[in-house]
Amino acid sequence: MSATHDRERQTLFERSRPGRGGGKVPHPPKDALSRIPSTYLRAAGAALPEISEPELVRHYVNLSQLNYAIDTGFYPLGSCTMKYNPKVNEWAARLPGFAGLHPLVPDELAQGTLQLLWELESALAEIGGMKAVTLQPAAGAQGELTGILMVRAYHLSRGDTERTEVLVPDSAHGTNPATASMAGFRTVTIPSAPDGGVDVAAFRAALGPHTAAIMITNPSTVGLFESRLHELLEAVHEAGALAYMDGANLNAIMGRFKPGEAGFDVMHINVHKTFSTPHGGGGPGAGPVGVGEKLLPFLPSPRVLRESDGSFRLETPGERRTSIGRVRAFVGNTGVLVRAYAYIRANGGCGLCEVSDDAVLAANYMKSQVAEFLDVPFDRHCMHEFVASAATLKAETGVRTLDLAKRLIDYGYHPPTIYFPLTVEEALLIEPTETESVETLDAFVEALRKIVAEAHTDPDLLYAAPHDSPVRRLDETTAARQPNLRWRAMTGSQTPCPD
Amino acid sequence: MAYSPHTPEDRARMLAAIGVASVDELFADIPESLRSSGLSLPAPDSEAELTHRLQALAQRNRVDLVSFLGAGAYRHFIPPVVDQMLLRSEFYTAYTPYQPEISQGTLQTIYEYQSLMAELTGLDVVSASHYDGATATAEAALMTCRATSRDRVLVSRSVHPHYRQTICTYFAGASLVSDEIPLVADGPAAGTTDLAALERMLADAEHPVAGVVAANPSFLGLLEPMAEIGRLAHAAGALFVSVVEPVSLAVLATPGEYRADIAAGDGQPLGIPLAYGGPYLGILACREALVRGIPGRLVGMTTDIDGKRAFVMTLRAREQDIRREKASSNICTNQALCALSASIYVAALGPHGLRDVAALGAARAAELEAALAAAGVPRLHSGPYLNEFAVRADDAAGVHARLLERGILAGLPLARVEPGDPALRDALLVCATEVTTAAEIAAFAGAIGEEVAR
Repeated sequence: MSATHDRERQTLFERSRPGRGGGKVPHPPKDALSRIPSTYLRAAGAALPEISEPELVRHYVNLSQLNYAIDTGFYPLGSCTMKYNPKVNEWAARLPGFAGLHPLVPDELAQGTLQLLWELESALAEIGGMKAVTLQPAAGAQGELTGILMVRAYHLSRGDTERTEVLVPDSAHGTNPATASMAGFRTVTIPSAPDGGVDVAAFRAALGPHTAAIMITNPSTVGLFESRLHELLEAVHEAGALAYMDGANLNAIMGRFKPGEAGFDVMHINVHKTFSTPHGGGGPGAGPVGVGEKLLPFLPSPRVLRESDGSFRLETPGERRTSIGRVRAFVGNTGVLVRAYAYIRANGGCGLCEVSDDAVLAANYMKSQVAEFLDVPFDRHCMHEFVASAATLKAETGVRTLDLAKRLIDYGYHPPTIYFPLTVEEALLIEPTETESVETLDAFVEALRKIVAEAHTDPDLLYAAPHDSPVRRLDETTAARQPNLRWRAMTGSQTPCPD
Repeated sequence: MAYSPHTPEDRARMLAAIGVASVDELFADIPESLRSSGLSLPAPDSEAELTHRLQALAQRNRVDLVSFLGAGAYRHFIPPVVDQMLLRSEFYTAYTPYQPEISQGTLQTIYEYQSLMAELTGLDVVSASHYDGATATAEAALMTCRATSRDRVLVSRSVHPHYRQTICTYFAGASLVSDEIPLVADGPAAGTTDLAALERMLADAEHPVAGVVAANPSFLGLLEPMAEIGRLAHAAGALFVSVVEPVSLAVLATPGEYRADIAAGDGQPLGIPLAYGGPYLGILACREALVRGIPGRLVGMTTDIDGKRAFVMTLRAREQDIRREKASSNICTNQALCALSASIYVAALGPHGLRDVAALGAARAAELEAALAAAGVPRLHSGPYLNEFAVRADDAAGVHARLLERGILAGLPLARVEPGDPALRDALLVCATEVTTAAEIAAFAGAIGEEVAR
């Protein structure tokens, strides 16, 4: 139950009254725009809301209270690593020397940030066992695209134009096949083995002179370490293809396994997962990419370089002809990277190893408890997350994973990731992270246990859940059939949806 | 580790419940030959040491100069209410609103962002954000290819060079072609998109064009003949992509008014700090007819089962987690929090405030133009501009370096980003915004006058 009353859920546009607001910037001279011919000017002013600051603050504070967030409660959203976001990182990113620095200043004015980026690249290269790292990609998915474009450039540089396919297991994140398509490759989907791991024989059968790369998430999306990895990587390299590792699940393996050392040629890292930068309701994140020797020449430009005198500089345009080029403007989501750097420094090498150990410990602990009342399809130690299934429960009671998830909201929890990975029926992907206390883990397990009991005794309670949230289940069909994607009342072209 | 809640007893209890003697046993699935032993990284900093280290690094950056640098990232006054609201934990530490019942705060703010950007651009549909202006522009170019089933776009050199390079990178992967439209070399239209060249390029029947991409204001600060560019594009069956700067849209003609099909741009000027290039905000907007081809999240208004107004992610069948290899893009995590900054900023300023920001920047820029011209540093072009323009200065790189020593950041030596363009060899791109003061303009003009006279 939120303390926010419905009357506080008006849109900005409904709160608007002509004549309110103002006082933020000085008024320009009346003739400020008179030198610009009127054909270049806007015919009518933008119909933007007019709101006083007190009203504005109440608007956003009340809206914020309709959200569930890490800082308000346990958020075991599998695959997303919703760990605590340290506040000192926020302080750091706001230091005027970082926040106020223009991206096109001469290098000598940016030595602090360039040093930080260079050190962060080195630290991530050590963690990934990679030769070098680019910090440019703005998110994991853009990291994937950067990596696969480098794979493409590598094959073309060898005159090998026949490699048109990327092999992806069926348990992969959707970004993997979508990335392959964006980079001009055909995706070949390989079914998983019954134990949840990669089916090496199926991969072998699909590998060949047309294979550009495989994309493997390790630990996998079912939360298991790919124990047949060695065999798979050998087969990939024998076939002349490259191995991409989706590093979404890096939080499990820091200090225990380095993808580059094991034979992966390229990987991306989600700093908003493993390195604690805030998820922000859907970004911004950052998706640095590590590469081994083979892909080094193709890294996007500009790279951060250290000169012999210890100073730092950016590559100049055209300095490295083999580069795949730019993947974005400027040098990266630097503000996010400052936070990641602060996190790595706060933990140090030993602390990062403990992060992974505790993440894996917490997941296995929860798995051992949840197995008492839900299916847990893979009977092995898991990594930092585990997949449970409501398949048996559904057969017995008709209650689906969706209903369990919605009922968890009534108990004050954010539900786990549901219906992913696609390879497990009625899946719940549960990732506790290392920053949740054992009391929190126990309380969540007890809530889930009670809900499973309710499924047997009073399933209607679950079908109708959530009961107590700011809104209840939504009409998503009408939202998609008659999309209302913007407010129009202020321009008068369409009346808004009635309350 | 720095942020652990566990005591040794907690860990022992968890191990006992699992039935293992040590954490090492949980990693037994990692084959012996692939195991690594620890990380060779520095020892942890205490928080006190960490703040000291970060402060020292931040202080090695120089942000104290009098700056006239823009070129795609702009210094503006950011009302403190923006960051105060942004820092609400409930916005800051939530993720993608997969569970709409407990994400109405994020969902409504995204809907409002879509609505505000729709008002500014004059278009119907706005995606809930892309990474930055460059990637939003590349995605716009890709949209035109999908929508027309053609594989060639024409990109005006009026577009930011980083954006053009990003389009090239994205297009190389998809085996699509992007050709550059040259700028007019001299005369009153010098520096703007060459319409005659565009017409010739569009007439190539062998290779029909999917989209034409031009920027207004252009990278060089000039106002472009957008309506004419759009007419030529449409006459050839191509779509028209307008690259925009959002503050300018408070006063300049909108993409909707000059009939662009898609608008892309960077939302950084809307309350987002410079932060050495990011995180910024990719704005991507289109006409209603293109709604099913736009990449990125969309939030729509609907009702819940009690009939109460609510918001939800919608038209999800375009997205990677549903459509996989057939998705319109691989985008997943975007820049939601930056979109929230932009919304709070626009709402805090209101329509008149935003117009004042744009108009005051234009007024300051005119003062800057006059002062620099009087100092012997005239404009390079003669067409209209809003708040950014190029000036001619012999040995621009040398003058720029000497002014740095005097505490003045004299914009951008254009040869640094366009090394191959002889027309820009001795030119500086300078800008003014509402935060530029008369004293700063006088200091800049005085100093550059002395430097060019040497």
